[in-house]
Amino acid sequence: MRDRIPAATAGGRQLQFLPLRFERWDDGRVLLTNMVGEHLFVDGPEFEALSQRRLTDPALIRRLRAKHLVRLPGEQLPVDLLAVKYRTQHQRLADSTSLHLFVVTLRCEHSCAYCQVSRRNLAHTGFDMTPETARAAVSMAFRSPSPRLKFEFQGGEPLLNMPAVRLVVEEAERINGTEGRRLAFVIASNLALLDDEVLAFAQRHDVSFSTSLDGPEDLHNRNRPRPGRDSRQRTLTAVAHIREQLGHDRVSALMTTTAGSLGRVREIIDSYLENGFRHIFLRPVSPYGFARRLSRRRAYDVDAWADFYTEGMEYILELNARGVPVVETYSAIVLKKMLTNDSPGYVDLTSPAGIGIGALVYNYDGAVYASDEGRMLAESGDFTFRLGQLGQDSYADLMTSAALLDPLEESYTGSVPMCCDCAFERYCGADPVFHHTTAGDPVGRKPESAFCRRNKAVFRFLLDRYTSDPHARELFRAWAAR
Amino acid sequence: MIALRGRARSASLDGPLRRELWRLVDGPARQPDEATLGDGPAGLRVRHAHHDAAPRGNEIVLPPHLGHLGAGDIIAVSPTGDRVEVMWRPRSRHNSILLTERCDNYCLMCSQPPKRHDDSRLLDRAGELIRMLPADTPELGLTGGEPTVYGDGLLALLRLIHSELPGTEVHLLSNGRRFADAGFTADYARAGNPRLMAGIPLFGPEPALHDFVVQASGAFDQTVTGILRLGELRQRVEIRVVLQKHTAPAVVEIAEFIARNLPFVEKVALMGLEVTGLARANLDDVWVDPFDYRAELAEAALLLKHARVRTQIYNHQLCLLDHRVRRMAVRSISDWKNEHIPACAGCAVREECGGFFVSSRHRRSAHIRPLPSPSADGHHA
Repeated sequence: MRDRIPAATAGGRQLQFLPLRFERWDDGRVLLTNMVGEHLFVDGPEFEALSQRRLTDPALIRRLRAKHLVRLPGEQLPVDLLAVKYRTQHQRLADSTSLHLFVVTLRCEHSCAYCQVSRRNLAHTGFDMTPETARAAVSMAFRSPSPRLKFEFQGGEPLLNMPAVRLVVEEAERINGTEGRRLAFVIASNLALLDDEVLAFAQRHDVSFSTSLDGPEDLHNRNRPRPGRDSRQRTLTAVAHIREQLGHDRVSALMTTTAGSLGRVREIIDSYLENGFRHIFLRPVSPYGFARRLSRRRAYDVDAWADFYTEGMEYILELNARGVPVVETYSAIVLKKMLTNDSPGYVDLTSPAGIGIGALVYNYDGAVYASDEGRMLAESGDFTFRLGQLGQDSYADLMTSAALLDPLEESYTGSVPMCCDCAFERYCGADPVFHHTTAGDPVGRKPESAFCRRNKAVFRFLLDRYTSDPHARELFRAWAAR
Repeated sequence: MIALRGRARSASLDGPLRRELWRLVDGPARQPDEATLGDGPAGLRVRHAHHDAAPRGNEIVLPPHLGHLGAGDIIAVSPTGDRVEVMWRPRSRHNSILLTERCDNYCLMCSQPPKRHDDSRLLDRAGELIRMLPADTPELGLTGGEPTVYGDGLLALLRLIHSELPGTEVHLLSNGRRFADAGFTADYARAGNPRLMAGIPLFGPEPALHDFVVQASGAFDQTVTGILRLGELRQRVEIRVVLQKHTAPAVVEIAEFIARNLPFVEKVALMGLEVTGLARANLDDVWVDPFDYRAELAEAALLLKHARVRTQIYNHQLCLLDHRVRRMAVRSISDWKNEHIPACAGCAVREECGGFFVSSRHRRSAHIRPLPSPSADGHHA
C-alpha cells in the first residue's frame, strides 16, 4: 500500500497576492475581486488574516486560489488563465464600432420635457438629413472593421424622414452584397406616425423598432406630451400592429425615469407586463439636452433613483419567483460583466469608453459625433465630441482625431484615480461625455460623480442578492447568459 | 448483471490456440477469426454449458454465467482455452476497451486501481479487436488506467480507429496530464478524428483539492494545461467530476471554475461514486450520501447549463436529485452493472432511472424512495 499524500496545507505567508481589489461592506464583509472581476466575499477577521498573510482555513484558501486572488510562489497557471480571461474581455476592441446612429431629422411632434435633443417643429425641414449626407454616412459606417453593423435611426422622430431611412437601409444592403457583414436595422420611434407603408418596408428589410413606454397612462402622457395627449394610446396601438405583422419580438420598449416615476415602479413594471414586454430598463434621466435644464421640481438625485431601482428589482425578483419571467435590462448587462468573460458591448459600460469605437453618430447635417450624448451637447453649443464632417474628413481622420483619442485615453478606468483601485472596475465603464458635461473634464471626481454612485448602487444591490438569495443567484446566472 | 469473464467448463484443443480474439458466429466459420457457436467446421468451436456432448477437437465449453454470449460477440480465449473474456457485445451501447492498468494518478476512489506491471499486450490486443469490429459500430470507449502512458502507441491506435471506423464515436478516458505536452497534443490533434472526444476528470477548482484526490502533486496544473491545449487545437473535451466526500462540497466552485476558465469544453459530466476498487477500500474516506449534496449538485448543474456548457448527471438515482435537474440525469450505468432495490418498488420513473451499480450493495443512499409519475408530480414535490 502506498503512503497517502496528505491534503495540502499551504497557507499563511506562502500565499502570494495576485492583482486584487477590495471594497468594505456596511455589514463588515469585504468584497474581493480579481483582475477580471471574479468575486469572493470574506468576513472582517478573514480579511485581516489574509492581509497579514496568516490564513490557515483550507476551504477559504481553496476559494481564494480558485478565484485567482492568490497563488503559491512560482505558480504559472493562474497567471495564464487570468491572461486568457482578460484578453477575452477585451476581444471586442478589435472589431471596433458596430453601432451606427443616424439622426435623420430633428423634427418631432412630441414635446417631451426630458427629451435629450433640441427638437424642432414639424415645419422646419431644414433639420432633415439629405440623401447625399445619408449616402456618405452609410459608406463611412462600412469603413468600420466590425463584422456586425447595427444601423439605428433616431431623431427627433425618424418616421418624419422616411425617405432618408429607406435610402440608408437600401444603400447598406446594396453595399453589403459584396461586404457580407451581419446587418441589423432599428428605428427608435414614438411610433405615433407608424403606417402600413412603414410596416411593409420594415417587413421587407427586417427592420426592428425601439419605442418609449414610461408606464401607466397618466405618467406616460404627462412625460410625453403631444397634440391630442394620446401618446401612450398611439404607441401601444402601433406596438400591436408591429407584433401582428412582424412578430412579437420586433419591438422593444424603453422607459425614462422622471421625478413623477418615483414611488411608482411597480405600476410601471406592471404596465410593461400588461403590454407584453418582458424586458424593462429602469433608466435614469440623463443630464443632456433639454433634460439638463429641468426645473428643480422635476430633478431627483442618485439616492432617489437607487431607491426606485431597488424597489423595482425587488418586485422583478418577486415576479420571477412567482413564475413571471421579466428581465431588468441594465442589471442583465452588469451581470454578464460580473459573471462571465463576455463583454456585452453596452457603450456606457465599457473601458476604454464606448465613444467612437463603440458607436458613431451621423447627425442630420453631416457632422459626426463620438456618441449620441456628444451630439446633444453640440446642440447646446459644446462641440467637444464632434469628430469631423462627412464629405470632408476620412474615416482615419475621425478615428484618430484628438476629440476621440484624448477622452478615450484620459477616461480609461484602468488608470483613472479611484477607478483603477475600485473593486467594481471590471463591471463598470468610462463615460467621458457624462463627466465632461457634469464636471468639465473626461474623468470627474468620483465621489461627486452621479455615474459612479448610481453604478455602485447597482453593483452592490446585485452582489448582495447574488450572495444571499439562491433564487436570485440562479436567475442572475440565467440573465448573465443571455 | 452480466458476467464478462470466466473459466471454460472444459476445453479440448489440438494444440495451443494461435490467436486470442474470436468473433462468435452461428454456423460455419468463414474467416480465420471466427469461432462457431455449436456445430460446424471452424478453427474453434464454442459451446454453451447446457450442451452435454463430450468435447471434441478444438472446442471449448462456456461456463453457465457466460450463457448470454451469442453471434456477433467477440471473446478473448487464452492459449490453453481455459480462460474466456468478453471483449465486445454489439448489442450493448457501453463497449469499451481497457488499454492498460497503469496510471500516474492514484485517485482515492479509483474504480480500477492502477497496477505497475507492463501490460502493453493490451494495446496490441486492442488494435486486433478494432480490425474485427463492424464498420457500423456506433460507439467505442477507450479506458485505463491511463491510455496516454503509451504516448505514440496510443496515437497509432487512434489513427487505426479513424481509418477502420470513421463513423464511430470514440470516447477516450484520460487524466489529461499528458496533454500538457504540446508536442503530444499536436500529434493527437493531427489524428484529425472529429468523432474523438477526450473525457478528462477534474476534482477541484485549484491544485490543493484536485492533487489530493488524485494523489499526485502537480496533476491539476498538468490536467488544466492539457485541457487548455486541447481547446486551442479545437479538440473535443468532456470534463468529468466524480462526486465524493472531498469533491462534493466544492462542486459549485468546480462548476464556476469550468464556466469561467474552460467554457469551451463540449460537455461536463457530474458523476456519482461507484463503490468498487479503491472507493471500496477507502469507503469511509470517500463516501458521501448524494442526498446530502443534492442542493449543491443542482446549483452546479444549473450554473453550467446557464453558462451554455452541456451538462449531464451520471450514476445518480432520480429520487436523490433536485427536481429541477432530473432531466439532466442520464441512464448511464452500464447494462452489466445495473440493478434496482426493494425501495424502488412502486416507483413510477424506474424506467428512466439509471438504477444502481451492483457495487452499491456495499453502500448506498439512505434516502432512496419511489417517485410518483412526472404528471402526478406536477408541482415538483
